[in-house]
Amino acid sequence: MINIINLKKKFDSKWISNGINLTIPKGKMTCIIGRSGEGKSVLLKQMIGLIKPTSGQILINGIDITTLKEFEKQQIFKKCGYVFQFAALLDSLTIFENVGITLLENGMAHEEIEHIVKEKLALVNLSADVLYKYPSELSGGMRKRVGLARTLVNNPEIIFYDEPTTGLDPITSRLVYELMLQTQQKLNVTSVIISHDIEIFNYVDYIAVLHNGIIEYFCEARNIWKSTNPFVKDFIHRF
Amino acid sequence: MILKFINSLGSCFLRICTEIGEFSLFFLKIIFVLFSKKLKTNQVVIYLQQIGVRSFGIVFLTGLSSGFALAFQSYIGLSKFGGEELVGVVVALGMSRELSPVLTGIMITGKAGSAMAAEIGTMKITEQIDALQTLCIDPYQYLIVPRIIAGTLALPLLSIISTLCGIIGGYLYCTTALNINSEAYLNIIQSKLDILDLTGGMIKAAFFGLILSTIGTYVGLHSGEGAQGVGLATTKSVVIGSIMILIANYFLSIFLF
Repeated sequence: MINIINLKKKFDSKWISNGINLTIPKGKMTCIIGRSGEGKSVLLKQMIGLIKPTSGQILINGIDITTLKEFEKQQIFKKCGYVFQFAALLDSLTIFENVGITLLENGMAHEEIEHIVKEKLALVNLSADVLYKYPSELSGGMRKRVGLARTLVNNPEIIFYDEPTTGLDPITSRLVYELMLQTQQKLNVTSVIISHDIEIFNYVDYIAVLHNGIIEYFCEARNIWKSTNPFVKDFIHRF
Repeated sequence: MILKFINSLGSCFLRICTEIGEFSLFFLKIIFVLFSKKLKTNQVVIYLQQIGVRSFGIVFLTGLSSGFALAFQSYIGLSKFGGEELVGVVVALGMSRELSPVLTGIMITGKAGSAMAAEIGTMKITEQIDALQTLCIDPYQYLIVPRIIAGTLALPLLSIISTLCGIIGGYLYCTTALNINSEAYLNIIQSKLDILDLTGGMIKAAFFGLILSTIGTYVGLHSGEGAQGVGLATTKSVVIGSIMILIANYFLSIFLF
């Protein structure tokens, strides 16, 4: 479970997060939705420790990660995975090296790594044909799937998705959502997804609406359409 | 008007202080990672190839042409005093102590230092460095330290190759254009060129390698957003790297020789 308590973040003189309080249930898919520039990605990067909050707490399984030292953080984040908006694959490495990078760094045998990499690629519906290709040789959708496979190598308990369908066509977007759902169901991970696409409402369990630096609304996904909150109504009906 | 001037002076001073502070922290982090974490030797080998082996061509040409030019210029000066036979030693000392380390340093700054800044800058803006962090891989250990080690190791080797090429260049010019006896050219080099001249030049080159790779990686890691930010970082790495090499050369020359 992830607990965010009164989280604030300021860049120069501008407050991006203005006291966020949010509880993300374990083993469920929670989507944080909001307009562009509301600080959704900043919130996600604070959860994974890439950005330090100005104040407040982020509790992952009861441990406040904002007060941890670098090596202590690593123990927590080993159980977390992050799927980047544009996959963020290392373009000088092959798909095999990208997916198996943590295993290669730990000195595991090549054959063993290849077996694991193939297994994770199969989980995201990619064949072994892509193994020795470079990221530039793959389509946007394939790169995102490789990004997810790279995350799955570490068997994470929590996966953070930063706008997973940005730049994809509707059909590929749907495939990515279905893949996320399958991953969730097979591995029973906690998923936190940042998005501004309301299509995702069909796949997640909970929705949190971010507005003006706070969580304006939090509900079960099936209830979002019944919301009487003026901002939420306006937001979902504009699509 | 005066207030505006003082204001801009103050903000400029603050910017310089911030930059020095950030660079110091960056350098301390490198030292910390170098001594506390395992060195990625496979990465060092890859960068040694990129910085060293792939720069052999430009170092060869720079050294050879510098040897030609140095022989030509020193002949003009020395012939006025009847010291034509000393051309060889001037070329050898000039190349080993000054020209090879400095020229190699500046050439490699332009080639590899700028490449480091561009590569790391691009990795930063495309979130590849963030991706490494989320995978619990230390970017300093994986990207920065191996490049700095490779730069520091490659430059002395390239510098000694440049010196050799310079001496060969001088030899070719002296024996073909100036009709200086080849044995005389080589004998005087053998008798007057000390091992300390060569090691001094190599130490200088190692420092220049450290400077160019540290600046290249620092500037890349702190590059601004977008293509413009990476472009600016690349330019900065070459300009700052070259200036720092020339300044360091002065102090190292005093200290070493």
